[in-house]
Amino acid sequence: MSAVTPDAVHGHDHGHDGHDHDHHMPTGWRRWMTATNHKDIGTLYLFFSFIMFLTGGVLALTIRAELFQPGLQIVRPEFFNQLTTMHGLIMVFGAIMPAFVGFANWMIPLMIGAPDMAFARMNNWSFWLLPPAALLLVSSFFVPGGASAAGWTLYAPLSLQMGMGMDMTIFAVHIMGASSIMGAINIVVTILNMRAPGMTLMKMPMFAWTWLITAYLLIAVMPVLAGAVTMLLTDRHFGTSFFNAAGGGDPVLYQHVFWFFGHPEVYIMILPAFGIVSQIVPAFARKPLFGYASMVYATASIAILSFVVWAHHMFTTGMPAVTQIAFMYMTMLIAVPTGVKVFNWIATMWRGSMTFETPMLFAVGFIFVFTMGGFTGLMLAIAPADIQYQDTYFVVAHFHYVLVAGSLFALFAGTYYWIPKWTGHMYDEKLGKRHFWLSMISFNVTFFPMHFLGLAGMPRRIPDYNPFFTDFNQLATVGAFGFGLSQVFFFYIVLKCIKGGPKAADKPWDGAEGLEWTVPSPAPFHTFEVPPVFEAPAGHGH
Amino acid sequence: MSQTLEKYFVPEPSTYPLMGAVALLLMAAGASFWVNHLEAGPWLVASGFAVLIYMLFGWFRTVARESESGKYGAQVSKSFRFSMMWFIFSEVMFFAAFFGTLFYVRHIGIHDLGSVDGNLFWPAFKAVWPTAGPLGELEMTMAPTITFGKAMLGLALMVGAGAAVTYAHKPLEHGKRSQLQLVLVLVVVLVALFLGAMSLDWLPAINTALLLASAATLTWAHWSIRNGNRAQFNIFLALTIALGVVFLGCQAEEYTHAYHEGLKLTSGIYGSTFFMMTGFHGLHVTIGVIMLTVMLFRSLAGHFSAERHFAFEAAAWYWHFVDYVWLLLFIVVYVL
Repeated sequence: MSAVTPDAVHGHDHGHDGHDHDHHMPTGWRRWMTATNHKDIGTLYLFFSFIMFLTGGVLALTIRAELFQPGLQIVRPEFFNQLTTMHGLIMVFGAIMPAFVGFANWMIPLMIGAPDMAFARMNNWSFWLLPPAALLLVSSFFVPGGASAAGWTLYAPLSLQMGMGMDMTIFAVHIMGASSIMGAINIVVTILNMRAPGMTLMKMPMFAWTWLITAYLLIAVMPVLAGAVTMLLTDRHFGTSFFNAAGGGDPVLYQHVFWFFGHPEVYIMILPAFGIVSQIVPAFARKPLFGYASMVYATASIAILSFVVWAHHMFTTGMPAVTQIAFMYMTMLIAVPTGVKVFNWIATMWRGSMTFETPMLFAVGFIFVFTMGGFTGLMLAIAPADIQYQDTYFVVAHFHYVLVAGSLFALFAGTYYWIPKWTGHMYDEKLGKRHFWLSMISFNVTFFPMHFLGLAGMPRRIPDYNPFFTDFNQLATVGAFGFGLSQVFFFYIVLKCIKGGPKAADKPWDGAEGLEWTVPSPAPFHTFEVPPVFEAPAGHGH
Repeated sequence: MSQTLEKYFVPEPSTYPLMGAVALLLMAAGASFWVNHLEAGPWLVASGFAVLIYMLFGWFRTVARESESGKYGAQVSKSFRFSMMWFIFSEVMFFAAFFGTLFYVRHIGIHDLGSVDGNLFWPAFKAVWPTAGPLGELEMTMAPTITFGKAMLGLALMVGAGAAVTYAHKPLEHGKRSQLQLVLVLVVVLVALFLGAMSLDWLPAINTALLLASAATLTWAHWSIRNGNRAQFNIFLALTIALGVVFLGCQAEEYTHAYHEGLKLTSGIYGSTFFMMTGFHGLHVTIGVIMLTVMLFRSLAGHFSAERHFAFEAAAWYWHFVDYVWLLLFIVVYVL
């Protein structure tokens, strides 16, 4: 069932019998619970994130079902708020982030020629902290008062008023933060210390670069989130006044601390996606990545700028105009490095010998739809205009364009691109293409109308609405159910590929570059125990 | 294929991480119960904590054994160094959240509350720090009673001592014994002068002196192990631990005093920031003391050599980090 079976190791002609690791490789549940192998842990991350993706998806579909018509049909308003909150938290911390960490676990050691992650035991802990956190989040629905209903941002003073579900959410965030920090330290150290000889930083695959910078962001901001929710906890139960004006505190302070974490967090969820797309586009355009160095600098610029733009989430909190203007300009500045990236991807495709297998379809789809999300981001960055957009469906449309059509589509692209290496089988190309078109169309049917709803003034996080908004809401609900079903279809394609299919070559994509394609498919249990020879592909660095 | 490179150590499958995950689940669920006054709460937290302690003992013992049996090559050592630096960076960012909070409430939040609109709600409110906010009056604060000039002189001496003990790592690195001794004596002299300027009956000043002195003793302990003098290493490491413990005792004394005088965690934003910042710092000192104590026991068990003692160095980095946080706390929480 798994991507790498022990038999595949011994059956392979390199014969790993002489290596001491294989003697104690446990089987059954112990293999997964006590894993120190980066491929096994990567598989765990990917399956966990998919389960959470379906969980968060069910919450989303409940929301869309309620919004099919104005008035209250299916859920009570307070439960509706729990749904939106938990949908956000589960998708961000349970689905998108762990999925990228799963990719990092599987691919970074293979791409840089390392035998494993730098800290294999800690790697296991990073993963196994996630199910307890997920358990806390999901079970909070069943405690008195229900789950947290303050929105995924957990704004004070709402988050100071909820019941026990809020405390469970706070502790879940602590645990997920610890998991992320350990995972990120592991990735940074692996990349900095374990590259194959000859692979200088400026010759690294882009995916490793984007993850290096993402991991730096994670280490920098997850502790800040821990501080923010700790202050929430002490305000709730130990009588502090951080966010309580009656004691001299300020609820707006929470927003500052949260978004100091929250904006870099947005890039944590998109930079690895940039990395995946930067691997795939050159492979299917059969040309080296255009402007490798500028890609690296653009990624670093985005990361640095992400620390000085947080207050653009808070234009309506009554900040001084000069502060608003400063944050507005800093935010718009981010469009420059992002534009560099989009330009480079297009320039890579320019006069390339292009084919459109499923990974490439998702990558090109990503570039097209993510850029639309980037443009609405620019609209939201304009402080005076944002007063109109704030807390409307326009914001919902914007961040789903960057998180679903951005992060999620890149994850799909990466899955189709590397699944031959994981399973040793080719996926069903016809079904893959079908999955792309179903996802692309239903995604736009769901979220494109939300732009209009938002501009017309429909507020977010509201279970009922003016009948005036009905048509677009019904369209969005139809699209959402189509999108949900498309992802069940995706699961079927993946399972089918794990079970069988045409045998994958070591390098199934003729234009692909990188060390991961020099090992057999499926990748043996242990790879690169001795560092490989690395020769930079043409066009990478100097 | 290059055969000159050593094989990177990849550990066997292990149950410790899973144990750690169970421990944190028990503690998180238990804490959620506890703060909501459910009876099972404390028991769950206690059992989770017990599992966590067991796990930490087992895991660190495994790592120490692997290290002592020579399984870690130069590349693994480098990984440990990198990871400790990044871990300390994450701790820096954790404290940054609280320093940022203090800055915000003092320089932005209070003024907003004291603005014209605020006065409509709280006519008596004065927008000055320290404050317990519109609805409370502070019964005491931690501000020093000495003159401004003396306080500034004290801070200058403190920064000098901190800079000197940082500089001491240069002769330490280059093996210059007499130069190192000279710098460390200078640190002690500066600390004594600092105490003279700040007044001896002000506990926070004594605490600052204790931590600065502990940085000096720790640096000398480092010198000793680098030169293979285990007996001296043990003595100076024990001295560092003792200074840390006395610091924690003084902190406890200060908290008791504050609570008797009426400054509590619940005393509005001043009490919140004061106790949370010094409290989290105290927690980190406690962790540092535990780390150094483990290093002392490992040294007594014959671990470490003049060349290989990174576990001790990591603990020392952590201790210095905790020192630096205190110096910053001392400036912005107590003096300014």
